[in-house]
Amino acid sequence: MSTALVLDVQRLGCAYGARPLFSELSLRITGGQVLVIAGANGSGKSTLIRVLCGLQRPQHGEVQWWRDGVMRAPAAASGWIGWVAPDVQLYRELTARENLEFFARVRGMPRHPAELDALLDDSGLGGRGDDRLAAYSSGMQQRLRYACALLHDPPFLLLDEPTVTLDARGADIVARLIAARRRHGIIVIATNDPREEQYADVIIRLGQAAR
Amino acid sequence: MSSSGSGRPPAEAAPGWRHILDAGLAVFIKEVRSEVRTRYALNAVLLFAVCTIVAVSLGLGPIAPRRNPDLPLIQAALLWMAVLFAAFTGLARTFIQEEDARTAAALRLAAPALAVFLGKAWFNTLLLGLLTSLSAALFLVLLRVGVADLAQFCLVLALGSAGLVAATTLIAAIIARASARGALFAVLSFPLLTPLLVVAIRATALAIEGVTWAVIGPPLQILAAYAIALFTASLLLFDVVWEA
Repeated sequence: MSTALVLDVQRLGCAYGARPLFSELSLRITGGQVLVIAGANGSGKSTLIRVLCGLQRPQHGEVQWWRDGVMRAPAAASGWIGWVAPDVQLYRELTARENLEFFARVRGMPRHPAELDALLDDSGLGGRGDDRLAAYSSGMQQRLRYACALLHDPPFLLLDEPTVTLDARGADIVARLIAARRRHGIIVIATNDPREEQYADVIIRLGQAAR
Repeated sequence: MSSSGSGRPPAEAAPGWRHILDAGLAVFIKEVRSEVRTRYALNAVLLFAVCTIVAVSLGLGPIAPRRNPDLPLIQAALLWMAVLFAAFTGLARTFIQEEDARTAAALRLAAPALAVFLGKAWFNTLLLGLLTSLSAALFLVLLRVGVADLAQFCLVLALGSAGLVAATTLIAAIIARASARGALFAVLSFPLLTPLLVVAIRATALAIEGVTWAVIGPPLQILAAYAIALFTASLLLFDVVWEA
């Protein structure tokens, strides 16, 4: 198990208005492990994911992402993180290929068209890359989110409801992705689907004690 | 891996200027591409400008022949009011659209904040350039305004528009996540834009009258200084606004 990659969470707490979602949450995940965040709707799973990737500030506590001895706070670690979530929307007026080109370029790593084709093929979108997202089904948009999240080959993957809206083939692609990526990185999955808890090396249930 | 107790790690390497400029260009191209396909801002801005100037021209008629020493000032004020209110309807779109379409989170994670600001500011400059050009052309034709020095007139419009873009792009980012955006945009913009508008209107009046460069020089310098100051302040503050 690699310790070059570490997710270190210390005494993290977050509330929605006056209602606490989680508090005093501490954990340490190392490379090769999958953390599953389970809990009912509204328990704070997506909030925790957003805090981990720096899109939301916690009320207290700290998150540290470590890679080869270098630590970054979530807001500075976006180059290390791939995030897939139902509330991440891509640009509907652009084609899938234009979306990928755009996100690769703003990340400072422009991709060759052949690389984008390969990424689209891997996501099951081969042949549909020049269609605008407005013409995509929700499942196809979810597949493109995976392609975008993997553009920069991040060592940390944050997956919020990873198979939502996906068909059986799409879910299979996600299962293969998790199997391949867990060997070289850290994966955090937020889910309320018991079948996805099978991936867990560490599981926390929001609202209950960590196991 | 170093332990967390071994002191703070090396600081995050800031993205280089080359990356920021290239990413800013990518944001600009994305904005243009989206706008060409949806024409969301362009239609709103141009329609507003055309309607305002046509309404003014129908209401007042050609006012150039009338003898009034304040006529250039009145004409300049009418032109800038049309540009200002049309700009209010369109310049905030770039950020509001990101929030409404829920694309802002992905953009925040992927792009350096400065690149986002630059790309959006460049797009707003293009949009306002089109708006100002069309408004000025309609204004000159429909109200039969005779501009004595066209070069001065164009320079005033360019510098005034640059200041307008510098101020409103940052304010658009601030209000994008608020609920009463339209009112908030106007409320926040008004105090910031009042000095710019006062100088721009006076400088436009001077250009319509046709004065020497020595006379119009100071207001032009103020307009340039305003644009540079607001653009610099926006560059420094945008990171805080965008990540908030």
